[in-house]
Amino acid sequence: MLYRRLFPSDVFAEFDRLQREVQGLFDYAPSIRGLGRGGYPALNVGSTPSSVEVYAFAPGVDPAGIDVNLDRGVLTISGERKPRAPGDEKTTVHMDERFSGRFRRVVNLPEDIDPNAVSADYRDGVLHVSIARRAAAQPRRIEVH
Amino acid sequence: MNMNDLPRQTGRADTARQEPALLPPVDVIEDATGITLVADLPGVPRDRLNLRVEGDQLAIEAEVMLPAPEGVEPLHAEVTLSRYRRTFTLSKELDADLVSAELEQGVLRVRIPKAQHAQPRRISVQVR
Repeated sequence: MLYRRLFPSDVFAEFDRLQREVQGLFDYAPSIRGLGRGGYPALNVGSTPSSVEVYAFAPGVDPAGIDVNLDRGVLTISGERKPRAPGDEKTTVHMDERFSGRFRRVVNLPEDIDPNAVSADYRDGVLHVSIARRAAAQPRRIEVH
Repeated sequence: MNMNDLPRQTGRADTARQEPALLPPVDVIEDATGITLVADLPGVPRDRLNLRVEGDQLAIEAEVMLPAPEGVEPLHAEVTLSRYRRTFTLSKELDADLVSAELEQGVLRVRIPKAQHAQPRRISVQVR
């Protein structure tokens, strides 16, 4: 298909594919707070039998300025990414794609999480929040006698 | 300054055959002595960044490494690929031998100085 080759690295096809992939993960009804697609920071959420793992892709943020809040099963990540220092009249901005300003993302967590067992660390521009699940909710092997 | 002087993003024929990758957002700022390129590469440790200049191409390739516990299953994913890739074409007044870069907290900052002869000179305009 000729038209595809006109675009660098097939950006549009790639975007389409990404959209579909995300939709595929979301065939259930989305949260009332929306999916926040394209927001900053991008979020990945994973789960294990013993924890919920949240990854916020927030490069270039002062970790002391990131506010992580857990309230009634809703995890809120907010903060600010400082805009670039303004240049003088001799500087020219050719591309300006990176996000700056205040951000806030909200994640609904499963009901069985333990709000007292949360850890968060920031590394290589990714905020990783790990929330333990209550022991009762974890699958147990039940012995049959 | 004309269009040919800018680092351009290119779609080389071989990119289609490569593994799919995310296109990192960038800022490109030019001043009197060179160009600064800033790219967001969250999740990339220093040893997974591959930044190279080949001819007039500046290529960024990087791999995301996340600390994932055993058996983690995705519930929601906005970052669905674990690789970044983006290529720019440098113009000949930029000095590719003097490119310097730093990666801090997932932000890559690349400085490409202009060659000495390409630094701006003031050209006086004759008024007749």
